[in-house]
Amino acid sequence: MKFGIVVFPGSNCDHDAYHVISKHVGQPVDFIWHRDTDLKSYDALIIPGGFSYGDYLRAGALARFSPVMESVKKFAASGRFVLGICNGFQILCEAGLLPGALIRNRDLHFICEHVFVRIETSDTPFTNEMTAGATLRIPIAHAEGNYVCDDETLSELQREDRIVFRYCDQNGNVTETANPNGSRDNIAGICNRSRNVLGLMPHPERACEDLLGSSDGRDIFRSLAATLAAVA
Amino acid sequence: MKAKVFVSLKPGVLDPQGKAIHHSVELLGFTGIADVRQGKYFEIALQDSADRELARESVARLAREVLSNPIIEDYRVEIEG
Repeated sequence: MKFGIVVFPGSNCDHDAYHVISKHVGQPVDFIWHRDTDLKSYDALIIPGGFSYGDYLRAGALARFSPVMESVKKFAASGRFVLGICNGFQILCEAGLLPGALIRNRDLHFICEHVFVRIETSDTPFTNEMTAGATLRIPIAHAEGNYVCDDETLSELQREDRIVFRYCDQNGNVTETANPNGSRDNIAGICNRSRNVLGLMPHPERACEDLLGSSDGRDIFRSLAATLAAVA
Repeated sequence: MKAKVFVSLKPGVLDPQGKAIHHSVELLGFTGIADVRQGKYFEIALQDSADRELARESVARLAREVLSNPIIEDYRVEIEG
């Protein structure tokens, strides 16, 4: 199983993701420059966090037009796995691979803190080693993490069990005060209809070492690795 | 010839920047201001030889596909000159 990490000008969590895949998942991983378009040797892609193109125009808007993105769309359509973290989530929404949009946080601040998210479904390749209802403590670091979508999209996400993570308190209660950025329905992460593309605002790759305050994020990468091992 | 593109948040989409501006403007003593919404404005220089209607269509497509995100934003195009 081979992982690829797509690097745009301005990506800055690419090395964190690389570290997690090589050290904690123990699998081969490459950086993929955004001008490269050949993805055939990869089984899973990570679109990492950062500030691609300086967040010019809208967060993730210009990265969508990088040459690699047409290949990423084909990669996703072929059923292989794509994980977008933070700016990666914003890029996947702008590219139309995930529904909705991420706008300025409700209170305008750039928020950089550990939060709790509840696993809403274990029926995804990214959460199948976890228990629905369990909580993860992982950091967020964003100014545009406020998830918005229309009523129709929200009910579709709910009906199809595609809301994967929701912001909650430490006891797993999904409340307004536990919602850091104003996201609709406390949404922290969603998947596409085929369930092979996941986007989330929190940074699991920054929560894989106890030394860094939490290792809860590892389970997402381990789930994905277990899925890939089962497919292979 | 010049194209002007105005991009604004759709009604109902939260605009915390507009709210903050509104608040500050009130603190400054401006009265009678009911609401402030912040948007984006683009000036696009077009070749003078360009056909006006084709230019309008082309800029509208640019506004729709790049300059705005139709999930959260509306746009308006004006052609000048």
